[in-house]
Amino acid sequence: MTDAPAIKAINLVKIYQSGGVPVPAVRGIDMRVESGEFVAIMGPSGSGKSTLVHMLGGLDVRTSGEIWIDGTRADTLSESGWALLRRQKVGFVFQFFNLVANMTVADNVELPALLGGVSPRQARERREYLLGELGLTERAAAAPAQLSGGEQQRVALARALANQPRLLLADEPTGNLDSRNTKDVLRLLSDVHRKGQTIVLVTHDARVASMADRVVSLLDGQIVDDGALPRTRRRPLGTVGDVVELRG
Amino acid sequence: MRLPLLALLAKEPAHGYELKHALEKTFGSAYPSPNIGQIYVTLGRLEKDGYVRAVDVEQSNRPNKKVYYLTAAGREALENWVDEPTEGPRVRDEFFMKLVLAPLTGIADRMALVNRQRRHYLSLMRDLNELAEQTDPGNRVALLLIEGAMLHLQADLDWLERCQEELP
Ligand SMILES: Nc1ncnc2c1ncn2[C@@H]1O[C@H](COP(=O)(O)OP(=O)(O)OP(=O)(O)O)[C@@H](O)[C@H]1O
Ligand SMILES: [Mg+2]
Repeated sequence: MTDAPAIKAINLVKIYQSGGVPVPAVRGIDMRVESGEFVAIMGPSGSGKSTLVHMLGGLDVRTSGEIWIDGTRADTLSESGWALLRRQKVGFVFQFFNLVANMTVADNVELPALLGGVSPRQARERREYLLGELGLTERAAAAPAQLSGGEQQRVALARALANQPRLLLADEPTGNLDSRNTKDVLRLLSDVHRKGQTIVLVTHDARVASMADRVVSLLDGQIVDDGALPRTRRRPLGTVGDVVELRG
Repeated sequence: MRLPLLALLAKEPAHGYELKHALEKTFGSAYPSPNIGQIYVTLGRLEKDGYVRAVDVEQSNRPNKKVYYLTAAGREALENWVDEPTEGPRVRDEFFMKLVLAPLTGIADRMALVNRQRRHYLSLMRDLNELAEQTDPGNRVALLLIEGAMLHLQADLDWLERCQEELP
């Protein structure tokens, strides 16, 4: 089963009903993500990016089409079936965090690992590593409401990675970060990716997208471009500098 | 390059190689380092315009070297440069010309143009990421220059997205 793609979506469709009017948000998406691959999803606001990753994580029910996770059919699962699948295999970072309000930052991050059956000591060590990488060690005892938007967002990323999931789905994980904090997130993402983490990530941030193996562009609920970034002809650094000169 | 050279000479007189090294050390690899020939050509022009003057300094066992220093006219030109507001970002964009005009001729369709340009910008961004990683973390000037380039590139990408939304 190791050859099965991490994700396979076949003709995936989502039509919301809004006041009796159908709103087609995702209109027939075919997509395949290999195990260990890092795919960035880009596109204008309203193009269906969140809807797509929510469906891939079982957080939104598809209207039609198929979803396969790690070689297993997933779109036909019940809500509890999805919950189990996520606990075992999927870490999810929401566009708007969804932290548990009455738990500390540390407990928010450890919870998924504990639910996943890891020992308390391992859960704590993983949490300390993740919060450290994201510059949040001092905030471990705080409640989510005491954090800035950017801090909550980084906690949400730490939580999603706590369980070392096979698949990380992230919706705008740097949307609220300044460029210094974005750097921490980028470093962590490239670190886990190097260790084999499969990542599907929605982003407007070109720095984040440029780290991906592949970029998928959506427009009006459809894929309009999908491919690896070209390797710029290995050029002398001076030529990269020309960009700076032209645009700086 | 004329005015940066004047600025360096306002600090202290220097010869061509010293100016080249000062530029490289300050801006790091983010800035295209001029070759020594360009520097001497520029210094020659500045000298002709009366902004710098050169003196020959004797060296034991080696040919004389020319040390340049700033004149009063050079200082005035430098002050004017510093005082005047600097041009804003480019509004005329070559890619935009292509995007508007090429479909009229049937040479290319807009979707393909936008997609190719997006990939190109993203790969430039990846180069800048790598450049930032290779840059000495203590060199704030070079890192800020790279960050500026990244932010401009991000703006170009956002604009590209707007073009894709608005132009059929
Ligand atoms: N629950 C909902 N009910 C009705 N329409 C919805 C719902 N959620 C999303 N939509 C609509 O579906 C379309 C796609 O929304 P989606 O949130 O997936 O966009 P997005 O690409 O994530 O945008 P953004 O970049 O702003 O986050 C939009 O037109 C949106 O209005
Ligand atoms: Mg969204």
